[in-house]
Amino acid sequence: MFTAETLQKFDREVAKYPADQKQSAVMACLALAQEEKGWLPAEAIEAVAHYLGMPPMAAMEVATFYNMYDLKPVGKYKLTVCTNLPCALSGGYHAAEYLKQKLGIEMGETTPDGRFTLREGECMGACGDAPVMLVNNRSMCSFMLPEQIDKLLEELK
Amino acid sequence: MAILGAINPVLMAGLDGDNSWQLKDYVARGGYEMLKKILAENIPQEQVIAEVKASVLRGRGGAGFPTGLKWSFMPRSFPGDKYVVCNTDEGEPGTFKDRDLIRYNPHAVIEGMAIAAYAMGATRGYNYIHGEVWEMYKRFEAALDEARAAGFIGQNILGSGFSFELFAHHGYGAYICGEETALLESIEGKKGQPRFKPPFPASFGLYGKPTTINNTETFASIPFILKMGGESFLNLGKPNNGGTKLFSVSGHVNRPGNYEIPMGTPFSELLQMCGGMRGGRKLKAVIPGGSSSPVLPGDVMMDCTMDYDSISKAGSMLGSGAVIVMDESTCMVKSLERLSFFYYEESCGQCTPCREGTNWLYKVVHRIENGLGRPDDLDLLSSVTTNIMGRTICALGDAASMPVQSFIKHFRDEFAHHIEHKTCLVPKDVQWAGSGFHKVAS
Amino acid sequence: MLEIEIDGKKAQVPDGSTVMDAAQQMGVYIPHFCYHKKLSIAANCRMCLVQVEKAPKPLPACATPVTNGMKVFTHSDLAVQAQKGVMEFLLINHPLDCPICDQGGECQLQDMSVGYGGMKSRYQEEKRVVFHKDVGPLISMEEMSRCIHCTRCVRFGQEVAGIMELGMANRNMHSEITTFVGRSVDSELSGNMIDLCPVGALTSKPFRYTARSWELQRRRSVSPHDSLGANLIVQVKHDQVMRVLPKENEAVNECWISDKERFAYQALNSDQRLTKPMVKQGGEWREVPWNVALDYVAHGLKDISREFGGDALAALAAPSSTLEELYLLQKLMQGLGCGNVDHRPRQQDFTSDGKRVGTPWLGMRLAELNNLDAALVVGSFLRKDHPLIAQRLRQAVRKGGAALSLIDLSADDQLVPLHARLTVAPSQLAQTLAAVVKAAAQQKGVELPAGLENVQVCEQAKAMAQSLIEGEKKAVFLGNAAQQSAAATQLHALGLQLAQITGATFGFLGEAANSVGAQLAWALPTGANARQMFEQPRQGYVLMGVEPEFDCANPQQALAALAQAKMVVLFSAFKHEPALAYADVLLPMAPFTETSGTFVNTEGRIQSFAGVVRPAGDARPAWKILRVLGNVLDLEGFGYNTSEEVRDQVLGGASEFATGLDNGLNGVTLQLPQAGQGMERIADVPIHFADPMARRAPALQRTRDAAAPAARMAAATLAQLGLQAGDLVRVRQGQGGAELAAALDEGVPAGCVRVAAAHASTAALGEMFGAISVERA
Repeated sequence: MFTAETLQKFDREVAKYPADQKQSAVMACLALAQEEKGWLPAEAIEAVAHYLGMPPMAAMEVATFYNMYDLKPVGKYKLTVCTNLPCALSGGYHAAEYLKQKLGIEMGETTPDGRFTLREGECMGACGDAPVMLVNNRSMCSFMLPEQIDKLLEELK
Repeated sequence: MAILGAINPVLMAGLDGDNSWQLKDYVARGGYEMLKKILAENIPQEQVIAEVKASVLRGRGGAGFPTGLKWSFMPRSFPGDKYVVCNTDEGEPGTFKDRDLIRYNPHAVIEGMAIAAYAMGATRGYNYIHGEVWEMYKRFEAALDEARAAGFIGQNILGSGFSFELFAHHGYGAYICGEETALLESIEGKKGQPRFKPPFPASFGLYGKPTTINNTETFASIPFILKMGGESFLNLGKPNNGGTKLFSVSGHVNRPGNYEIPMGTPFSELLQMCGGMRGGRKLKAVIPGGSSSPVLPGDVMMDCTMDYDSISKAGSMLGSGAVIVMDESTCMVKSLERLSFFYYEESCGQCTPCREGTNWLYKVVHRIENGLGRPDDLDLLSSVTTNIMGRTICALGDAASMPVQSFIKHFRDEFAHHIEHKTCLVPKDVQWAGSGFHKVAS
Repeated sequence: MLEIEIDGKKAQVPDGSTVMDAAQQMGVYIPHFCYHKKLSIAANCRMCLVQVEKAPKPLPACATPVTNGMKVFTHSDLAVQAQKGVMEFLLINHPLDCPICDQGGECQLQDMSVGYGGMKSRYQEEKRVVFHKDVGPLISMEEMSRCIHCTRCVRFGQEVAGIMELGMANRNMHSEITTFVGRSVDSELSGNMIDLCPVGALTSKPFRYTARSWELQRRRSVSPHDSLGANLIVQVKHDQVMRVLPKENEAVNECWISDKERFAYQALNSDQRLTKPMVKQGGEWREVPWNVALDYVAHGLKDISREFGGDALAALAAPSSTLEELYLLQKLMQGLGCGNVDHRPRQQDFTSDGKRVGTPWLGMRLAELNNLDAALVVGSFLRKDHPLIAQRLRQAVRKGGAALSLIDLSADDQLVPLHARLTVAPSQLAQTLAAVVKAAAQQKGVELPAGLENVQVCEQAKAMAQSLIEGEKKAVFLGNAAQQSAAATQLHALGLQLAQITGATFGFLGEAANSVGAQLAWALPTGANARQMFEQPRQGYVLMGVEPEFDCANPQQALAALAQAKMVVLFSAFKHEPALAYADVLLPMAPFTETSGTFVNTEGRIQSFAGVVRPAGDARPAWKILRVLGNVLDLEGFGYNTSEEVRDQVLGGASEFATGLDNGLNGVTLQLPQAGQGMERIADVPIHFADPMARRAPALQRTRDAAAPAARMAAATLAQLGLQAGDLVRVRQGQGGAELAAALDEGVPAGCVRVAAAHASTAALGEMFGAISVERA
């Protein structure tokens, strides 16, 4: 199911917790699984559950509870824009609107070429840098005014 | 720059924002000296706790519970594993100070946790880091590697016989995990659903073992408090409101960002440090302690000082020190709608009043914002908040209710206008002018 | 003890009590949904909020520990406001479809909304819609919008059933109860979730829309399906069984029943019921009046007895027959001069007959299982053979930290952490148990029992022995497969040895509802036993409640013997194909719901019950049929007027527990069997094939537990035979064979093939644990 490299990373996470608490690594392992697969198919969730010796349904609970897990395929780049109040006060709504216009899709949708998925995010803990957006759950982009958005989209083309 | 402005900084002192996160920089700033001293001199645990108590350091995560007292609840002599856990799951709208602490001064957090572990007899620790600030999670992991290699954490630290294993655990998108027992559940590999209390974590925490959970800023303050002495730290601030604190200022100011200032500094001074209001517009309202704290009208806020007692007296809470500034272009209905959506979205779904109530609140505010308000909606909202508050497992129910209550209390006219006229009191062409972005969107 | 005052009433409650515990002890009702005394505390519904003196906020009674001198108000303004507020929240997204909801009339939410709900909803927004789920043939999750998220079902799975099949996915108001993407709920205890669901979200699929709760009469009964003797509420409408629910009895089934007990009732109403006596004449079956049938039977049996002697007859009864039926059957046969009577169709080894000190039983009370510190179960498919005993042992491990060890024939997941386990071939059972005996003797430093000198002791055996020595309350049990094994008596003797050395209690997990009662009723051979009566074929057979093709240790042999007999009389509730071939007379007997009778469960508890509905058609209680037969045959002592008279005659004065229970054994020497050679068969009796009712319950037959048998082998065994999973194979025992799919099952010991018994596809096979050949078909 997973590459040797991913499995190695699983083990590194598992090692952080007491030997009888492997389940603690489920969030990290699901994140790694998603990193490898691009999203989290049910089989991947089940494979993680088996790896950690926990019921698949318990892993599914976790995968559906935390909103950075993608239970459906997403575009090559998932752009999550924070539109919460502090960000909105500094242009979060507008950044979201601008992206929708540029990409021609609504929140939650993926561009027909499979390149971009847009998500409305909740607070990322970076309100001072508003507008902020997160690329593929990993890279936080600050002060995303139209110019910066254009530049980013160009880089990700 | 690590910090935009400061008065008598402690946590952010001497940070140039370039390499300040690395071990050698921290050590050059005098880092890990206190840990070394404590271990070398075998300073009694009680003495460490007493010093923290003397500083009147209050929990920086939002609740403001005295840290020293919390530490003293830990059953130090309990045999077996005990845990210290750091809460860097910073996701309350308006709050972004811990991100910068991890970004610029991660070793202060590590040293603080190691000292805390020593004082409470804990052998293992985790720092739970908000998943969205992934780069900070990675940075903290790198700092852990450095600290481990240098022998500041791990087995038999500095040959003292004291061992403390510390790891980072990342979240993955759930505000509720900032609630300490939800955070513990999350570390255990479950949904982040808060536990009912009692039992409290000090007796039944992570994996059922005694556990103390503190905020990032709280832990980061520890080495400095011990170095300067509890009383000196206290005196930086004002009585019952010890020390300096990081304030995250967002919204309609010219320079949003983090500011470290002594507790008790006037709000007006902080506003000035932030370069004043963006575009010179008039201050309308301030949410002084993160989105969960009640909003205060601008003029009330201008009379406050930035400390627990003053803000509390004004009818709100200092919370995590997240100051959300709103100018006259702000529609309070739309603002509340967004906040209500946040709590509706982030409710863990476990207990009835929160799961159902946050949904109800959002839907009613949403209706009002969209011109579908009804005359009795404001009474309904108030009644629903009453039915949520104090009846939920954790504080999220209260956190969702307080904005609703305070927005209506202070800006009732605007809500009434929306309901009656189906439009906003703030003229359309002015709305969101403060965002500095509005022209693009239209 | 702590003092508490609730609504002005004072009481003393034990330390550690919650306010809810105290209220229940005092008979004060506090409304609740998520709280359940058998489940962990969730405190999520918030319905039980009460006012506690000095607390600024209302507190959940279920999760608030009592402190000394605490004052609680359950009806104060603060409390009632909180409760009403919660009720409003629970109702805003709950569909107002009570008139078409299956739970209507027995719904906690409906009941409580009368007390705490408003007349009119203030919620004007769109209601939540939750998609239905298909989770198998037993539980309906059609209307999940009704769910109030109490998570009782989830906690039941995790804590009682031992498997988390349901969970609450998502968060916020989109939280929903579901299985892992479209999977079914397969736990053998799953139906209890229907009872636990306080609303109409989880309902019974077979029962749905067949009756309203207020139309049903509730009648007490006792489960005939396993040796626990679960207490039942059988619900009846128009003289038909509509539903079966647990009747709470903390000492027996607590508040649970297995799915078999819950859903087997479907068979009672099936068109396979035998409702008229039938006689085969000239190869043709004819329905006949009772008097004709009984005359025919009486003459037939008497003729055989006269012509060939009583030894030419034999009677075999199901061990789930009632005490009264078993007693009268053996009495009838004795009256015909026949001592060939037995109730143990699956047993092979009868060498302990005549050497047992008393009636074999559990060795302790069922409730004591929960408090064991250590237990060793030998030869059991534990969960499927004894779902609720397994549940009690699970609680012993979960809550008491008991060390549970297994010596078994297949490493099926028992859904409980095990201290040690040895999974071995049937021929190795005795050797393996002997190893534990030896390890125990060595650890205790006592003399090694004779015959064990050459036994090899492994680490797992040492761990088992150690746990039994260390624990304070400990037990060694023999399960069904051990009792059915060719080495049953040796295992019995070894178990006693182990118990003696370690100070443990030795007992049997009884195979069937009346395994203990049958012994008390003397349904035991004075002549040929259940094996011999087929090994040496007889002229006439009386079969009661058994289906030899499914229920005998060696169905091949049994069917051959029946085929050559002059007369086979079958007492049965069902008409079924194979019987039409081998039987000459079919007598429609009443199943447990249609007769009075008594079961003595595995702990020796005497449980009598009355019929809950009239017998179907012309079916009659078997004890009455036997009484009339006795009369027709002019036998002495068949003048009973009631089944109670029969019972009292058998049990003497015993009322709650039977007397004479003793697992002791005299005059058996240890003689370990030689290791088997060649491929061995491991035959489990799948839970829903185990008795005639379950076999005919359509919903049960659609569960995963009722999947058709396969030839299950470990990878090494498959490889050795050049097979792959999925290949069609031919398995053979003696003259008979079966074609089955090969399946990979790493839990099966090497050199063994697991082929289930009690199924039509394997009925032509021989001994359950005998030699078997496997080849590609």
